[in-house]
Amino acid sequence: MIRAEHIVKSFDGRVVLDDISVEFETGKTNLIIGRSGSGKTVLLKSLVGLHEVDSGRVWYDQTDFTSLGFRDRKAIRKDIGMIFQGGALLDSSTVEENVRLPLDLFTNQSASEKRDRVNFCLQRVRLNNANGLYPAELSGGMIKRVAIARAIVLNPKYLFCDEPNSGLDPQTSVVIDNLIHEITQEYHITTIINTHDMNSVLEIGEKIVYIHEGRKWWEGSKENILQADNRELNDFVFASAMAKRARQAQ
Amino acid sequence: MLKIFEHIGRYFILMGKVFSRPEKGAIYRRRIIREMESLGLDSIGLTAIISVFIGAVITLQMCINLESPFIPRSLVGYATRETMILEFSSTVVALILAGKVGSNIASEIGTMRITEQIDALEIMGVNSASYLILPKIVAAVCFFPFLTILSILIGILGGWGISAATGIMIPDDYVEGLLTDFKPYSIVYSLIKTAVFAYIIASVSAYCGYYARGNSLEVGRASTRAVVSCSIVIMIFNLILTQILLI
Repeated sequence: MIRAEHIVKSFDGRVVLDDISVEFETGKTNLIIGRSGSGKTVLLKSLVGLHEVDSGRVWYDQTDFTSLGFRDRKAIRKDIGMIFQGGALLDSSTVEENVRLPLDLFTNQSASEKRDRVNFCLQRVRLNNANGLYPAELSGGMIKRVAIARAIVLNPKYLFCDEPNSGLDPQTSVVIDNLIHEITQEYHITTIINTHDMNSVLEIGEKIVYIHEGRKWWEGSKENILQADNRELNDFVFASAMAKRARQAQ
Repeated sequence: MLKIFEHIGRYFILMGKVFSRPEKGAIYRRRIIREMESLGLDSIGLTAIISVFIGAVITLQMCINLESPFIPRSLVGYATRETMILEFSSTVVALILAGKVGSNIASEIGTMRITEQIDALEIMGVNSASYLILPKIVAAVCFFPFLTILSILIGILGGWGISAATGIMIPDDYVEGLLTDFKPYSIVYSLIKTAVFAYIIASVSAYCGYYARGNSLEVGRASTRAVVSCSIVIMIFNLILTQILLI
């Protein structure tokens, strides 16, 4: 479980997150949705400590993450996997080296154990025979899958995904969504996904938090988002012509 | 002016992170060897080409400007040797490497910053500053002195080659000059300067890249800032080190 309490974050006097309190549940695919510039990425980065919050607290189970120093946070960070918008694979390393890096740094496994674990994770994301390729040689979908493999290689307890579908075609987006959802359930981890892809919301959103202008505007699940009585949320959810038609058809 | 102090402060904070205890020695050793290849070995060609031509040009200019029956011709070999050892192979080569290696480091780390690769390392619990910058500093400080020695040798050879090829002076006179009044301390001075300049090039460039923000344009700006900053800092330290070590 990850809990944010009264998070406030500003940049150069401009408040980006304004008193956000939310709880993300273990074993569920939690989604943060909102328009571009609403503060989703800042919230995600504040949760993992890439941005220091101005006030408020972030709890990882019973541990107050915000009160920890760099060394103490390290212990929790080993339990965190994160998938960045662009994949953030190390350009100068191969797929295998990218996935193996956390094992190299934080385990004492033998070379063959590491190789087995890397291959297992790559097979888990359905990526075979790509070990020797460099990120520049991969497609967008493959990059995301390698990023997922790297994120799960140390068996994380928490998985963060920043717009995992951005730049992908609809079919590949579904594959990535399903993969993240499967992994969440399989390993019973707390997954938080930033997205503005409504397809993801309706497919895998077990808990959804809508952020608008830096504030939590609504929270619920995919089952009740379409019936929500919230003008800003409805403007966001039914922004596309297809969604509007679907609503009229209901 | 305040901005300069802000940069100096941030630079030292970054260096504090860089020199904190490494995660795993074996990983760093592998990275140092890789960096030696990309920062050092790949610079041999450029250093050699520039040194051979500069050595030849110094010899030609000395020959032309020291044309007098009262000045022994061997002085040309002596002057070429001293110029190469004391200033060219350490300072000028460092300025050239600031352009090649410095911009390379700043753009590499800057690109990693804006594509969130550094964030990815931080999330894994890796000290990204140490992981990325320390191997570059160690590789540069260990390898650049070899480039200096290579530059001295090739520059002197260039001078000998031009005198033999053009007949502007007798090569034996040149060699006699090379052997005149040689002080081994000059080499030590040159190597100390090179090690300091190598540290400056690697650390200042890494600083410029590490704090790059925004888009790809910023990477270009960070790269330019790295070359300019390194060049200025090298010149300042050249003066300081010469004052301390030679006077």
